[in-house]
Amino acid sequence: MAAINLNINGKKQVLDIDPKTPVLWVLRDHLNLVGTKFGCGVAQCGACTIHVNGNAVRSCILPVSQIENKEVITIEGLSEDGDHPVQKAWLEHDVAQCGYCQTGQIMTAAALLKSNPSPSDEDIENTMNGNICRCATYLRIKAAIKTAANS
Amino acid sequence: MTQVKTTINRRSFIKASALAGGGLMLSFSWLAGCKPKDEALLTVPEEWFEFNSYIKIGNNGVVTLMSPNPEFGSNVKTSMPMILADELDVDWKNVIVQQADFYPERYDRQFTGGSQGIRQGWKPLRTAGATARQMLIDASAKQWNVPAKEITTEAGMLHHKSSGKKAGYGEMASLAATLPIPAEVAVKDVGDFKIIGTSRKNVEGKNIVTGKPLFGIDHKVEGMLIAMIVHPPFGMMIKSLDASSVKSMPGIKDAFTIKTLTEDYERNGFDTTSFLELGVIVGNTTWEVMNAKKALKVKFELMPEYSMTMQQFGRGKVTAIMPKGLESTEGHRTEMAKASKRKGDILRKDGNPEAAFKNAAKVLERTYSAPHLAHNTMEPANCFANVTADKAEIYGPIQAPGFITDTLAARLGLPKEKIHIRLARMGGGFGVRAYGHHLVEAAVISQQVKAPVKLIYTREDDMTYGIYRPAYTATYRAALDKDNNLIAFHVKGGGIPEHPIHANRFPAGAVDNYLAEGWAIPSNITIGAFRAPRSNFNAAAEQSFLDELAELVGKDPIDFRLELLERAKNNPVGKDNDYDPDRYAGVLKLVKEKSNWSQTPANVSRGVAAYFCHNTYVAEVVDLKLAGNNPVIENVIAAVDCGIVVNPDAAKNMGEGGIIDGIGNALFGELTFKDGVPDKNNFHQYKMIRQKESPKKIEVHFVKNEEDPTGLGEPLFPPVFAAVANALYQATGKRYYDQPFAKHVEMSPSRM
Ligand code: FES
Ligand code: FES
Repeated sequence: MAAINLNINGKKQVLDIDPKTPVLWVLRDHLNLVGTKFGCGVAQCGACTIHVNGNAVRSCILPVSQIENKEVITIEGLSEDGDHPVQKAWLEHDVAQCGYCQTGQIMTAAALLKSNPSPSDEDIENTMNGNICRCATYLRIKAAIKTAANS
Repeated sequence: MTQVKTTINRRSFIKASALAGGGLMLSFSWLAGCKPKDEALLTVPEEWFEFNSYIKIGNNGVVTLMSPNPEFGSNVKTSMPMILADELDVDWKNVIVQQADFYPERYDRQFTGGSQGIRQGWKPLRTAGATARQMLIDASAKQWNVPAKEITTEAGMLHHKSSGKKAGYGEMASLAATLPIPAEVAVKDVGDFKIIGTSRKNVEGKNIVTGKPLFGIDHKVEGMLIAMIVHPPFGMMIKSLDASSVKSMPGIKDAFTIKTLTEDYERNGFDTTSFLELGVIVGNTTWEVMNAKKALKVKFELMPEYSMTMQQFGRGKVTAIMPKGLESTEGHRTEMAKASKRKGDILRKDGNPEAAFKNAAKVLERTYSAPHLAHNTMEPANCFANVTADKAEIYGPIQAPGFITDTLAARLGLPKEKIHIRLARMGGGFGVRAYGHHLVEAAVISQQVKAPVKLIYTREDDMTYGIYRPAYTATYRAALDKDNNLIAFHVKGGGIPEHPIHANRFPAGAVDNYLAEGWAIPSNITIGAFRAPRSNFNAAAEQSFLDELAELVGKDPIDFRLELLERAKNNPVGKDNDYDPDRYAGVLKLVKEKSNWSQTPANVSRGVAAYFCHNTYVAEVVDLKLAGNNPVIENVIAAVDCGIVVNPDAAKNMGEGGIIDGIGNALFGELTFKDGVPDKNNFHQYKMIRQKESPKKIEVHFVKNEEDPTGLGEPLFPPVFAAVANALYQATGKRYYDQPFAKHVEMSPSRM
């Protein structure tokens, strides 16, 4: 166990925890932030994507010790009320089917647009390739990212 | 307007309401979460008035509609209430949708699967909406002292034209809810629909994009423990479990084994359990339990053969055998090749196929195969359970709650009425969540540890637990006379552990001499429904075969099918043909038009396929090209006849999903086994279709008609397998018989 200084969605707190615990489970089990999803646990599906210092990161393989004093944003902190341009575009295109993968998709997309505000189709395909959607909403994901890029 | 009989009986309804334990409790935050749109309009009413199991109207005119069926992504939580709202004649923006609990006394069919939600919900939902509307009219007639038939409704308002009287539904709700339920009510004519047929956004959209706790896996209560399972390979069972190997690990409460079924329990077909005994670890947090799961010492031993009694749909009581032994895909293939050569059970026979084949000028024979598939829902199996001495509370992802309550009652030793199942939004289902073994496991664990428990499968558990799409093969034969007329058709299909054949489907009915045979090889690797069961293989095989056959007789593949359908319409062969040739031909004609079939776009190769399953007709054209040996799908054009389309944009979304899922499984889907162990256990090994392999474009076109609506979750999935195979043939000059296709894709030397 160790005391870890966290900065999640702008909230600073200290958590006494096994430093090897993946951030995914810290969020879900300890901090009640369940918007970040468990899909594979081995960085293959993207369901657990969060932002660490602005970069999209798979939280299922990231030990909590690695985010000490870093700025972490989860889906719950992406916007005040679901009004981030990517979230709005997602609603406009009614992307979701089951919805399980979508918070991870949105976090990956939001990080992409931050670093590349007008991505090409190829940029979108390459970046989003790490996020599986079993319901296969891929075309709407791509369309929504383009809408968000233009907004 | 059409008159329909109402079946709602006030007395049974009131009894059911009382059982529900009183009024509906609402909080502001809940209300904020579920409104479809326009936040300003919805406020919490002071009082709710219940009209029937589906409809509550507040004194301020806000309407709560209960969505009966579990939601797994097919958007029934939006489209089923749309049907209610249209007949009730309310403004969609004043509607709040709430997920109903599993409640068989109140709702007819709380089952999500078989693409039946909308089809079977259509009449009850329309009747429930129209009944409440009529009661509001009757109340106004009473209050205003005017004839009921002079009162009209619109968007939640009641009008009496000649007197100029009008009122909102909310004002009349308290009186209306006490009136007798009319024996017969009028439902709208199709042309009068205002909500049905218009695109409405997913009522959960906002909750999904903001990461609200919607899923079973998100559930948490005070004092809840986390549980995980350990299961043996197929064909094995637990010999011993050493709890002391993990008990001193941080956060671990206990480790033990559980029996998943009561001895001699008569199964119902949806309570498939892959393993009769499981290892269980219980602890405080997921990560701690995951660590213990890795450290747990558990030994397995060979499982002897066992048999079980099952009640199966349409088949009554059957005894199923679970053979012993450690099975491998290689062995399966050898067994299947042998079985293919033997005679199968005759499923349908028309004319004299043996003689026709003997006298044929030409015979085409081809064999197709497809492997086991894992469903791989993005949300792994999980369930919350809190079982106390006298009741069980269950909350988790389940498509078919009605099929697991008896199993739960028997296993827990509790009366059925004491088992309360709440329906979580599912992170995908695809058939596998019709099997509620995870509910039973969570409940048994909770009962044992005497605490609320959330059971979570790891991805590895979820992928290796079983309940897979079976492995199939089928040999198709066609006999042609000297003028290339199709005189006989023979299909013999089999699988592990069931055959895929739907004997009465096209082209049965279109050929004078027809024979369908089926065979099966028992296996201890469990199987279950997978998006369009059996159809997902049949369409692939049969529609590839018809493509090759059309080529052999020198006909355009669409025209060839249309000719057969013409025959089936004008002079059908045999009885029980399971399709309407006109509607089948209709989707082929529509896809021909929309794809501009005669003009293949530059630089692509095209394939077509059509199929009818789950009451919906679909034809699809795939345009693809190759980048090296990788297929790149440029466009998919689908034509669909599902009758009235309730929510068009959501219907397209479902269609796109089915098509991409089909392409993914056709190209990559495969689960193989070695000595009872699946060769893949996570996504680094199991290739799922991703963004890069998805088609660049998909068009979904609907046939416009006024037929009652049918479902869309499955029908667009099966034909795309064949459309891909047929397009790949055009691209490479090579036919694709064995799924998954991607590993076989290569140019034939003649085309290089
Ligand atoms: S759960 Fe982290 S990538 Fe899948
Ligand atoms: S919407 Fe279901 S997994 Fe993406």
